[in-house]
Amino acid sequence: MNTSKRPNLWLRNMSAKVAAVPMIATALIVFVGCSVWSVVYSFTSSRSLPKENFVGLKQYERLFSSNRWVESVENVFIFGICTLVFSLIVGFSLAVLLDQKIRFENTFRTIFLYPFALSFMVTGLVWQWMLNPQLGVASVVRNLGFENFEILLLSSREYSIYAIVIAGLWQGTGLVMVLMLAGLRGIDQDIWKASRVDGIPAWKTYLFIVVPMMRPVFVTTLVIIASGIVKVYDLVLAMTQGGPGISSEVPAKYVYDYMFGRANLGQGLAASTVMLSTVLIVLIPWSYMEFRDKQEKSV
Amino acid sequence: MRGVTPTTAIGPRGSKPKRILSTRNIVVYGVLTVAAVYWVIPLYVMIVTSLKGLPEIRMGNIFAPPLQITFEPWVKAWDSACTGLSCEGLKVGFWNSVKILIPSTFISIAIASVNGYALSFWKFKGSEVFFTLLLLGAFIPYQVIIYPLVILLRELGLFASLGGIVLIHTVFGMPILTLLFRNYFASVPMELFKAARVDGAGFWRIFLQILLPMSLPIFVVALILQITGIWNDFFFGVIYAGTLNFPMTVQLNNIVNTTQGVKEYNVNMAATLLTGLLPLVVYFISGKLFVRGIAAGAVKG
Repeated sequence: MNTSKRPNLWLRNMSAKVAAVPMIATALIVFVGCSVWSVVYSFTSSRSLPKENFVGLKQYERLFSSNRWVESVENVFIFGICTLVFSLIVGFSLAVLLDQKIRFENTFRTIFLYPFALSFMVTGLVWQWMLNPQLGVASVVRNLGFENFEILLLSSREYSIYAIVIAGLWQGTGLVMVLMLAGLRGIDQDIWKASRVDGIPAWKTYLFIVVPMMRPVFVTTLVIIASGIVKVYDLVLAMTQGGPGISSEVPAKYVYDYMFGRANLGQGLAASTVMLSTVLIVLIPWSYMEFRDKQEKSV
Repeated sequence: MRGVTPTTAIGPRGSKPKRILSTRNIVVYGVLTVAAVYWVIPLYVMIVTSLKGLPEIRMGNIFAPPLQITFEPWVKAWDSACTGLSCEGLKVGFWNSVKILIPSTFISIAIASVNGYALSFWKFKGSEVFFTLLLLGAFIPYQVIIYPLVILLRELGLFASLGGIVLIHTVFGMPILTLLFRNYFASVPMELFKAARVDGAGFWRIFLQILLPMSLPIFVVALILQITGIWNDFFFGVIYAGTLNFPMTVQLNNIVNTTQGVKEYNVNMAATLLTGLLPLVVYFISGKLFVRGIAAGAVKG
């Protein structure tokens, strides 16, 4: 009896296991296997094809002494912080306004969210045209009589990254708003009654009671925005192609250019490994926290 | 529409909201309207610009409606705009995108729904581990895995082909879609499943005959998610599809950002609109389902 049970256990759920093969393959080969491969080959001096000549940390030394990489990292920080701050503030404020039992709520929500359906390519090209220094919005203001008015976002080395922030915010704030609105709707209405009985003004209730209660929503929103920030690529390509000069380069573009454009695979892989490590540094504490919260709940 | 009269509303600031033109209302609607105008302007500018002739554009008022409406930019964007390589317009990219979209959407949803089903009803040893790995995979920056995937596809003979890009979309759509289906199937009562088991239905039969018919809404949500996602993709298309299969987004970039020749802003905007048209239509038709899709995908992620 015992001997016949063992193979049985393996064969149990056979169709489920067969059906899960694509998932297992994706998880193991693509997500784990390919990541490990990239990390390993980032220690080689591979040029256009992967080669096993290991050179230690050479690629990383070169990476961090490269102006373009340093600029890219700075840019993604500026882009990330501006995007996080503004999309959270604006998204939350819009959600609060929409939560005031107003008319036309659906219309407003539809308007704020529609750019999210558009690709970064489309978003980038529209804003490239809007911010065009000669013919864009700047020209309209000049025609109004402010003859020296200029929007130098796209043509300046200092501010080009902010042009990308503007376009990114236009595209993504709607998503933040929807998530926040869902969070607000999940708040117990009794909270509002209680705070009214206590005579607490609405803004105080929002700031000191509702926002802390929405912590999980804020955290997930944060993670979603952050994982988008790391990947930002199409938007830059559409708007500025990294220029003027290298002033709006981002890490994702660095990786792509070195892997496919400049045939310097080792360098591209080293850069991508740095990106991966950054994500892991953020992700591991977060998933640990989530996991712990869930355990506490089930206890 | 919802018939909430000010007197019965138990609003957060419900002190004495009697007048329609209260300060509160003015502020709320005022701010929302200003914001809405800001959000609409780019779409308006796109449409207006695409209907103007070049001389009119050079006059420099991008907000002005066209003095003389012309559809030539649209025709040119579709039929004969140049990408630096050829002058065949966006239509090539459009059909490529369609060819990529249909199989990718179908296959990715088919696989992910079965995954979600197996994960909620047929858990086996290690299934949760693989699922967690899959979810973590959604957070890995694509840049880390693009090159090894090029090698893998080359080995399979699928690099720079339609099959290759379909496979890539299936793989990268899997984490979010599997999560979507798993969460949905988890809400289906276990009794239903057990009853079917007692009646002798197997893995596929339960899925096809019981779960499929009752989970139409979640399939629509997945469909919306995949159609917009795959149509809007640029990154995978440019790497894995190959020059012959470049999707619309890639072709759009090649048309607008070519350095040669006069910049035809009207053609560019027509091309941009054409590329954004399908996701916009999907968005406006699907309405609340679209919101549900991103909320389901995002909040639980």
